[in-house]
Amino acid sequence: MSRLRASLTPYLLLFPGTLWLAIFFVIPTVVMLSLSLQSGDVVNGYAFTFNWHSYVDGIGTYHDQIIRSLVYGVISTVIQIVIGFPVAYWIAFKGGTRKSVYLFLLLLPFLVSFVLRTISWQFFLSDNGMLLGPLKSLGLVPEDFHILATSAAVIGGLAYNFLPFMILPMYVALERIDPRVLEAAQDLYASKVQTFLRVVLPLSLPGVFAGVLMTFVPATSDYVNASVLGGTSNTMIGNVIQNQFLVNQDYPTASALSFTLMALLLVGIFAYAKALGTEDVLEVAAR
Amino acid sequence: MTEIQAGSGAAVAAAPVSGDVPAIELDHVVKEYVSHGEVVRAVKGVSLAIAEGEFFSLLGPSGCGKTTSMRMIAGFEDPTQGVVRLHGEDVTNVPPNKRDINMVFQSYALFPHMNVWDNVAFGLKRKKVPDAEIKRRVGEILEVVDLVGREKRRPKEMSGGQQQRVALARALVNRPRALLLDEPLGALDLKLRQAMQIELKRIQREVGITFVYVTHDQSEALTMSDRIAVMNDGLVEQLADPREIYERPASKFVAGFIGTSNLLSGTVQQITGDTAVLALGAGDRILVPADGALAAGATVDLTVRPEKIKIAKGRPEGDLSLVRGTVSEVVYLGTSNSYVVALGDGAEITVFEQNAHDSTITAERGDTVWLSWQPWHSYALR
Ligand SMILES: Nc1ncnc2c1ncn2[C@@H]1O[C@H](COP(=O)(O)OP(=O)(O)O)[C@@H](O)[C@H]1O
Ligand SMILES: [Mg+2]
Repeated sequence: MSRLRASLTPYLLLFPGTLWLAIFFVIPTVVMLSLSLQSGDVVNGYAFTFNWHSYVDGIGTYHDQIIRSLVYGVISTVIQIVIGFPVAYWIAFKGGTRKSVYLFLLLLPFLVSFVLRTISWQFFLSDNGMLLGPLKSLGLVPEDFHILATSAAVIGGLAYNFLPFMILPMYVALERIDPRVLEAAQDLYASKVQTFLRVVLPLSLPGVFAGVLMTFVPATSDYVNASVLGGTSNTMIGNVIQNQFLVNQDYPTASALSFTLMALLLVGIFAYAKALGTEDVLEVAAR
Repeated sequence: MTEIQAGSGAAVAAAPVSGDVPAIELDHVVKEYVSHGEVVRAVKGVSLAIAEGEFFSLLGPSGCGKTTSMRMIAGFEDPTQGVVRLHGEDVTNVPPNKRDINMVFQSYALFPHMNVWDNVAFGLKRKKVPDAEIKRRVGEILEVVDLVGREKRRPKEMSGGQQQRVALARALVNRPRALLLDEPLGALDLKLRQAMQIELKRIQREVGITFVYVTHDQSEALTMSDRIAVMNDGLVEQLADPREIYERPASKFVAGFIGTSNLLSGTVQQITGDTAVLALGAGDRILVPADGALAAGATVDLTVRPEKIKIAKGRPEGDLSLVRGTVSEVVYLGTSNSYVVALGDGAEITVFEQNAHDSTITAERGDTVWLSWQPWHSYALR
């Protein structure tokens, strides 16, 4: 009896999570997949016809937005690594007894809603707002200069909004490095720079990897930043999907674009994992 | 046996033999840490000189400043005061990567992302040794530490003993002029520990470099070292070879820390020739070798090792130290018996008796017994 219970325990533990995912992930995904292969319109209703046209037409019409989303996603992720790594490094190695205070301060702005934060950026960056207003009245930038409705504004917003999800995993990886291991490198004639490149960096890679996963995916599929901070020439695929679903009610096209994006992200992630996450990379770093 | 004179075992902080420059010197070194706004004096003024090729141990209880002293030699801590010299050269302000010594860390500190080979080759690569030579030297040292065939393993795929040997190889492959080892066997179980003690000693003989060995295990220090510095509370209490430290402890602390010893004290009753007589109770007396420093009326602290004491039911004859007491504990230890005997004044004396001829126990709990030992086995402490 107790043997039976012991062998059942793992399944019992998995049950709530599995049920949750089945209801809120698998079922909608299957519904969407079927939607993406239907044809018809919102007035006369949709029917399942194995219609690939939504994919072909969607990609044909919106490839610019798809590519732009991937480019914005990559650039904002790189910016987050560049900004976030020194912060994570500093908190992990120099934070002393106040590490958790710094982490809390880092997360503090993110207790405010995502949309609200983006809107406050809009205020800040607006054509005669807190940043550009004084600069313009001082004559430091031309009158017609603007930041809003540019790629820079959208990428900046993306980089800002997902930054904690980049810093936290990098911090966790750096924090786990035994300081004695760094001393050992120094003891074995490595300079500070060599210690960083040969030991700290390779040991932090799993954190960078996790950070990229947690920021690149939501940044690429985001639509809030582009709609609040961007203009008509900065729309991302997320805006298109949202528009097709909620405004045009063209469910097949919206679903097909969603699946296209999902497939691209999966391919990207696997390529990235292959390049970074394997033992070979660590082996290279050891040389 | 040579005549033992009380007080001759005082600490001498000089390198033994020859006029050679010592491999490592600490010259009046002090280290203070500031933690939570409070100054902690971890090392309170240590001077010692370690000779080339010596197996030198820093021995003392946890927190006495051993690791701090070693980290100042390696360059990981700057002394608050004093000078560190390596082969006569002042290196007090030289960073660790520029010092020609290597350290084996207490927790090994292997690079977790590198396999055994890359761990061991790390130092040579940083020194830009040619690839062919790296290959040869890493291969050789892996043979010395018996890890051939494990080159591709990661540290986490290895046992504690194997990791320990990787750490050793990683340091030794650089042929440093001195090797620092901070409790390198502390994490191993007893069997492996003893095997590694012999192994370390063999390797040290083979490579012939100076070893500075930190341990809190007195038996480990006694069996392995050429000389030992016994540390207590940030200071060196005694610096001598193992026999001297065991036979002539320089202080109560050393006597108590090294092995088992019985601490007694008494007042000098009279001096007869070269022997001082301390009276305890009725019929009891302790004989101590007298030197000029002992005079009638002086109070003397002394120590007697348990294996020097004989236990008997009857009063032994001869010019012996003699005390009477009641057996309060008997422990059968296999190769010996251990007795705890309570004296009239409440003091307790531990006695070891070899199981030489048979294992019949001389005395039992509650018996009144006589303890006796030769005068020269009483060692007066200063
Ligand atoms: N980084 C540090 N900051 C503050 N106090 C320290 C530090 N390192 C060691 N100490 C203190 O210095 C004393 C000696 O420590 P240590 O040299 O590690 O002793 P041991 O190695 O003999 O156990 C201890 O009281 C310890 O608490
Ligand atoms: Mg220590």
